[in-house]
Amino acid sequence: MTKKPNTSRLHIPEPPFRPGDTPDYSHISVPAEHTLAKPDTLCEGHETSQHALGLIRVLRFNGEAVGEWNPNLSEEQLLKALKDMMMTRAMDARMFTMQRQGKMSFYMKSTGEEAMSIGHAMALRSDDMVFPTYRQQGILISRGASIKEMMCQCLSNAGDPLDGKSIPVLYSFKKHGFFSISGNLGTQLIQGVGWAMANAYRDEDGIASVITGEGSTAEGDFHYALNFASTYRAPCIINVVNNQWAISSFQGIAMGEGQSFAARGTGYGLATLRVDGNDVLAVYAATAWAAERARRGGGATVIEHFTYRKEGHSTSDDPSKYRPEDEPDVWPFGDPIERLKAHMILLGLWDEDRHAEQEAACKKEIREIYKQAEAMGSLSGDTNVNDFTMFEQVYETPPRHLKDQIDMFKAEQD
Amino acid sequence: MPQMNMIEAIRDALDVKMGQDKDVLVFGEDVGYFGGVFRCTAGLQEKHGLHRCFDTPISEGGIVGIAVGMAANGLRPVAEIQFADYIYPGYDQIASEAARLRYRSNGDFTAPLTIRTPVGGGIYGGTTHSQSPESLFTHIAGLKTVIPSNPYDAKGLLIQAIEDNDPVLFLEPKRLYNGPFDGDPHKPAVSWAKHELGDVPAGHYTVPFESARKVASGDDLTILCYGTMVWVAETSAKMMGVDADILDLRSLLPLDIDAIAESVKRTGRCLILHEATRTSGFGAELAAQVAEACFYSLEVPIFRVTGWDTPYPHAQEWAYFPGQRRVCGGIRTIMESQ
Ligand SMILES: Cc1ncc(C[n+]2csc(CCOP(=O)(O)OP(=O)(O)O)c2C)c(N)n1
Repeated sequence: MTKKPNTSRLHIPEPPFRPGDTPDYSHISVPAEHTLAKPDTLCEGHETSQHALGLIRVLRFNGEAVGEWNPNLSEEQLLKALKDMMMTRAMDARMFTMQRQGKMSFYMKSTGEEAMSIGHAMALRSDDMVFPTYRQQGILISRGASIKEMMCQCLSNAGDPLDGKSIPVLYSFKKHGFFSISGNLGTQLIQGVGWAMANAYRDEDGIASVITGEGSTAEGDFHYALNFASTYRAPCIINVVNNQWAISSFQGIAMGEGQSFAARGTGYGLATLRVDGNDVLAVYAATAWAAERARRGGGATVIEHFTYRKEGHSTSDDPSKYRPEDEPDVWPFGDPIERLKAHMILLGLWDEDRHAEQEAACKKEIREIYKQAEAMGSLSGDTNVNDFTMFEQVYETPPRHLKDQIDMFKAEQD
Repeated sequence: MPQMNMIEAIRDALDVKMGQDKDVLVFGEDVGYFGGVFRCTAGLQEKHGLHRCFDTPISEGGIVGIAVGMAANGLRPVAEIQFADYIYPGYDQIASEAARLRYRSNGDFTAPLTIRTPVGGGIYGGTTHSQSPESLFTHIAGLKTVIPSNPYDAKGLLIQAIEDNDPVLFLEPKRLYNGPFDGDPHKPAVSWAKHELGDVPAGHYTVPFESARKVASGDDLTILCYGTMVWVAETSAKMMGVDADILDLRSLLPLDIDAIAESVKRTGRCLILHEATRTSGFGAELAAQVAEACFYSLEVPIFRVTGWDTPYPHAQEWAYFPGQRRVCGGIRTIMESQ
């Protein structure tokens, strides 16, 4: 693939590397110092404007946890974070393979971004409503959702709580504070703000956490969310997961001349944090800070989680068509699981053998759960979903015209 | 019984529901302190509090978006879109989100919200204050679309909409706010005072959806209409001296197809009216349903009288509006057909 050069003053942003190039991200400086102060959670929004440009980090590559933002998680919490990240990765791997075998129409991995989901979920209360994208399955795993039900959703089979109505990974788990995922990007951001406004109206201290990829911040809904959150001081967190890629478009297409996605919040007077998204402790700390701010009546925080999408956008995507194949390997912020592992080894809580055992155990557990899930049906055989369920839940009760259509469909069956 | 115009009836419906149910919130552009550009929410903030009736940023997508989130979280939001002509930035939130939330989550989350918005022409609003976009909404599965033609129905339908567990689009024919309008702009304006449909009971009552109102009974032809056109239909039928069976549909989706079929099967002639543009308008749906349900009873082809397929013009307002001349022409065509 050869690029044609620009021949006019029209600026078309291009990523630094395309297939065939040798990726070199040394221009992205990994802050060596952990100097960003941790302000009071009720500080003025503008007091965090530097936090939108820097990068909050806790975990050094050597495994040390340093700085004011260190959340000092307990041994139990660290073990849980690691296990949940590993389970998420194992589930993604299994589901991807099964999609390739024709068991489901589609799947989306979150590989490389597990710290965002897990660190975020752990720092929220389990009844705080998250408005996720399709790449936060880790939140469900962290909150103890049934992995079998999740898999059945992807398989659209008899065990799918959604009766096959939605495509894979568009989960809905109200009981786990997990809002129904829309396939339409961005739309849920403003809804989450509305959810948070309802909490505030009722004087409840629950908050909402809304999540978008960096690419989808270009939707008007992102502006609506920041604007309404600012106007009504809605108790919510607005998360931008900057994994560098929106399908094949690099982050510069959505970013324009902006300095960071977190800095988008500055003009709205919101608190803004930019965090190393591959550092589960930093994600936890930033989330905990923003959640406390929201609960105390300080309003919304925009958090940019700076991370990297290690795999294709979805099972329908081949990233080697638009970025160097080894780009994930040279990404300067490492892998979130490896980084937590190094920390736990340094603390003497963990070692390579236990890690290998746990990896094998996660893989085995996921395989077993998958087997049970697939036994309830799949696209390659029979999904075991009754077709008539397609007429349910359009309205609370079907109006006359839908009843007529149910009869028409019935007649079609004979 | 209290006498109200349609603005007062709408305000009264909101007031009744806000009084009964703390979960009912009212918001939109200029609806708070000022009470809305058409005054439908005047006094509600003062009576029920700043946090129950408030102004929003000029952001229709944002207004509908927060309504979806609030409704999913147990409230009963009533959002106002200042003019239906400005609803399009909120269209995605209505079509893709409010209407589909129940379905895509299989009932895990729902969106019991109401969106009120003024529609239709007759006030020299030109392209941007006159549109009737109902068919863009009746095409959406999961949404209900209703449109009153008088104060009594406005209050009852609005209370019904707020209490409905599904999202409802409540269209307010703005030319009828202050009085019935028979389509003749040269006559002095008539008010709802002393009109029997301006008798609006105090307190709580509902008008069910899927229940067309019989405006006039007759055997010569059936006229299907809603909103402002109800009044044009009634006057035009009188002018033509026909015994028309006139149905005010009130609810477009769900639709009272039984009342429609009963009437058309009896008269054998069907005239369909709307102010909106013609092609793919709601009249097309009505014509199709009448053809499906009543084809063998029809004596003559179905006929539609509508606005033209142009944007809503300004100076040419009455040339665009399907007034008495066009409706009478439609009645004549139907009655003269063999
Ligand atoms: C409104 C809308 N436009 C386009 C799409 C198609 N689409 C699905 S995912 C995607 C990329 C989103 O990228 P980003 O927001 O960065 O999230 P990521 O996939 O990187 O997690 C696009 C364009 C969509 N689903 N919805």
